[in-house]
Amino acid sequence: MGYKTTIGLEVHVELKTESKVFCGCSTAFGQEPNTQVCPVCLGLPGALPVLNKKALEYIIAVGLALNCEINEDTKFDRKNYHYPDLPKAYQISQYDKPVAKNGYLDIEVDGKIRRIGITRVHLEEDTGKAIHGEDGSYLDFNRSGVPLIEIVSEPDLESPEEARLYLNKLKNIIAYTGVSDVKMEEGSLRCDANISLRPEGTEEYGNVVEVKNMNSFRSVKKALEYEEIRQAELLDMGQEIVRETRHWQETEGYTFSSRSKEEAHDYRYFPEPDLVPMSISKEQIERIRESMPELPDQKKERFVSSYGLPVYDAEVLTESKELASLFEDIVASFNQPKKVSNWLMGEVLRLLKDGGQELADMPLKSEDIVELLKLVDNDTISNSAGKVVFEEMFKTGKKAMVVIEEKGLKQISDKEELVALVRDVLNKNEGQVNDYHNGKEKLFGFFVGQVMKISKGKANPGLVNEILTEELNRLK
Amino acid sequence: MIYAKTAHELHQLLIKGEISSKEVVSAVLERIDGVETDINAYITINEEALAQAERADRMIRDGKATPLTGIPVAVKDNMSTKGIRTTCASNMLKDYVPPYNATAVEKLIEAGAIIIGKTNLDEFAMGSSCENSAFKQTKNPWDLSKVPGGSSGGSAAAVAAGEAIMALGSDTGGSIRQPAAFTGVVGLKPTYGRVSRYGLVAFASSLDQIGPFARDVEDAANLLSVISGHDPLDSTSIPGKESDFSLDGASVKGLRVGIPKEFMTEGLDPVIRDAINRAAQLLEDEGASVKECSLPHSEYALSAYYIIAPAEASSNLARFDGVRYGLRVSGDNHTDMFIRSRQEGFGPEVKRRIMLGTYALSAGYYDAYYKKALQVRNLIKQDFDHVFADFDVILSPTTPSVAFGLGEKVDDPLSMYLSDVYTIPVNMAGLPGLSLPFGFNNGLPIGVQLIGGLWQERKLLQVGKVLEQATGYVPVVPERGDR
Amino acid sequence: MAIGAKDVKHVAKLARLGLSEEEITTYTKQLNDILEHMDKLNALNTENIDPLTHAIPGHLNVMRPDGVREGLSREAALSNAPQSNERYFKVSRMVGEGEK
Repeated sequence: MGYKTTIGLEVHVELKTESKVFCGCSTAFGQEPNTQVCPVCLGLPGALPVLNKKALEYIIAVGLALNCEINEDTKFDRKNYHYPDLPKAYQISQYDKPVAKNGYLDIEVDGKIRRIGITRVHLEEDTGKAIHGEDGSYLDFNRSGVPLIEIVSEPDLESPEEARLYLNKLKNIIAYTGVSDVKMEEGSLRCDANISLRPEGTEEYGNVVEVKNMNSFRSVKKALEYEEIRQAELLDMGQEIVRETRHWQETEGYTFSSRSKEEAHDYRYFPEPDLVPMSISKEQIERIRESMPELPDQKKERFVSSYGLPVYDAEVLTESKELASLFEDIVASFNQPKKVSNWLMGEVLRLLKDGGQELADMPLKSEDIVELLKLVDNDTISNSAGKVVFEEMFKTGKKAMVVIEEKGLKQISDKEELVALVRDVLNKNEGQVNDYHNGKEKLFGFFVGQVMKISKGKANPGLVNEILTEELNRLK
Repeated sequence: MIYAKTAHELHQLLIKGEISSKEVVSAVLERIDGVETDINAYITINEEALAQAERADRMIRDGKATPLTGIPVAVKDNMSTKGIRTTCASNMLKDYVPPYNATAVEKLIEAGAIIIGKTNLDEFAMGSSCENSAFKQTKNPWDLSKVPGGSSGGSAAAVAAGEAIMALGSDTGGSIRQPAAFTGVVGLKPTYGRVSRYGLVAFASSLDQIGPFARDVEDAANLLSVISGHDPLDSTSIPGKESDFSLDGASVKGLRVGIPKEFMTEGLDPVIRDAINRAAQLLEDEGASVKECSLPHSEYALSAYYIIAPAEASSNLARFDGVRYGLRVSGDNHTDMFIRSRQEGFGPEVKRRIMLGTYALSAGYYDAYYKKALQVRNLIKQDFDHVFADFDVILSPTTPSVAFGLGEKVDDPLSMYLSDVYTIPVNMAGLPGLSLPFGFNNGLPIGVQLIGGLWQERKLLQVGKVLEQATGYVPVVPERGDR
Repeated sequence: MAIGAKDVKHVAKLARLGLSEEEITTYTKQLNDILEHMDKLNALNTENIDPLTHAIPGHLNVMRPDGVREGLSREAALSNAPQSNERYFKVSRMVGEGEK
């Protein structure tokens, strides 16, 4: 039997504020344990929270970027549960009045746009971290109170691949707003998934399984693919899917049941009496909207309309905010957008991928790349030499001219010098010249190759073609 | 007797150089030595008190004295004091030494007051008799067989017995005013948001307020003015309110006084009813008009309170899990450890309220209990709004009876809860309430309560001052135990 | 809304409160008494009445600017810990239940 898959994602993103959401402790990553704590984030008796203004502005920005309505009346609630890493035994979160709701983002699936609903975006505080040792668990509260936003999607995703596309897009949008580093590896973006299957042609959703513990976009996709198969097999055997939480085991590639959802905790949400309600004015929302950077979809459209780029190029270039601005910086001094796009998509992205690096790791500035592109454009070096030079620049951070000098790659465009080279080649290959004149025109490429070979690749290929044609005609 | 003087009397002597803070503190410490075995007002005496007195004496010499400089002030043991253990009268926190000061405590220290010690209370401020303390039973200084009231019974008894000149208490449903009435001192519960709650170990966050105990209205006004004011560390602290509670020119001419008819019913001890009528007569004599008013929903206040307060408390007290501070009883795993630590750390009343509150918030009951109670709370607030459209202050009993006997209500939580029936509506509406000593019956003090609109503390204190003057009130400290 | 021993046990579990059998019996009775008293609220019509969550309802939008403020030293943070190792708070090995 065929099944339809339904997936909803809950994504947590840490906001990049200086201080925590309800106290003045630093949010800096990777510090000595329990050195960024105070009475508030340790939950000492009597301590009280005060909201960080920037955290509210940041979540509003995310809400707007995700096309949400901003709740003008919003408030905080306590989510009560006991766990050693949760200092107050409640998490300050938002229950019935999240900052943002009813938004969406668009993903492209098989060339078609799919609109994925965003149910809500709310603000909450992170918990501490536990390290598990042989003799016990060790608790560090440096992360306790770091601002988190939770972004809940509608169950609109129909495949693990769509889930991956959604995450990619979400990450990209949030990175554009600049409110988070959105690095899943560092824990600033975390994702839980809800997945259910139902027989093709039926309407009622199947029992939902929550999948946790996925630490990369790839593992989200793999875990969901595993779940799809597991659930389909069970359904095929006529068994019921247990509503439960399952953990993804990355190394072995399977999910295992961790806790039955039927026994889910009763969180006893109620309005947080220690914080006062928030009233967000239309003016404040507009101010934040106006100060927001251009978002990926807007940028993509502009890249097509103002630079005349193909949609595909615009899509790739706007995938990351850094790449898009590198493109624009280069084009500002070297106004051949398609050529620039080819270099970035071809050379830059290839080298980054080969080295497993991020754009930020590249030691080159936009003007270094401009210099190289101009040298290729004015035939100082050939296009292929340009690629060699760029690779060296990329690896060493050296300027283009330095590499060209070092490698002696300057292109020979001097006509007399080239004529000499061409004549030399033709003299040494009289037999082939005869064959050429007898109709074997394919040999033209052979002559070009020989010229390039003896010039060590430095001969300007355009000029070589020109001169070779002239010389061969002369010898006819 | 130095310990029997008010702070404003001592202040005059201090700034004239007729006495030093060291002498005042020594006198109070001696008095504590003399009577504390009978009264049991304190959980901890501050060992630094004399050293703080030296600092205060320097402030006085440098001409930097405030009305509180050098004055011994007792602090209820549910306010965080840096370096001085803060137990909340609970086994859970019997060894907890906070690394920070509550804002109100910080303000006392800045003003040069001496933190003389930490006073007993009902565990986590839950109770009306100090019988729920895990450590000791504070007695009523006027009759050792009676309770001092609660939960701030230790602070009230300390001030009444001369073991402190003034004190801080906290009031969630009457915890300052009820013990003030029982022990014959002045107790004020300020408008919610007037005094920072930062560092006050929360019982019910939306109701808790810190306030003063003193032997007369002037001292209460001075202490309030030191501890009040906006605190950026408390989101519910309200900015832009005055902190001058000067009583100069206090008068009640033209004042419209209301007596809620619902408070004057059969549940009220006739002795206290008479006191209210006497106070009303005095106010009329001084030029006020006194009329009956109505708070129709007040009969529901107690029920709503005993849902809201335990609900908030169940969450506020959830943090006591033995991980970062407090009692830990080891278990097979962390959940087991939580359960055992809390079983041993909390007393019966605290457990009862945690149970009640957890139930009221749990799935399926939220709307029926918690939400309903919050709606009723709004009706109660609206009652007061209506009254204050026509009246300036409300005059009412503080308690239905004078201090009751030790052990009398321990086994009947409901009848214990009823002793706060006239004070609870005030907290529900966030209003200020002042309890004034108003005579005795069979050697036990009687208290009357003045309730004002939001931010009307100054008016309440001025009316209190007029009543003091009209009755020729002189603070008295009982002789008992003074040997 | 009478509650039984089973409800009391469930609530105690939610609140992580250990109760003896005797306490369960006592609390079952007392909570019923108290809740019965509370039920008088049902006599009131509260339709269209907003729940009052804060004593001063118009007090809104309290925020602080984003800035780092000195907290506690690690020594002070750990000073009340029932168990610690100079760097971390310590508990017995955590089991995989609860929320994460």
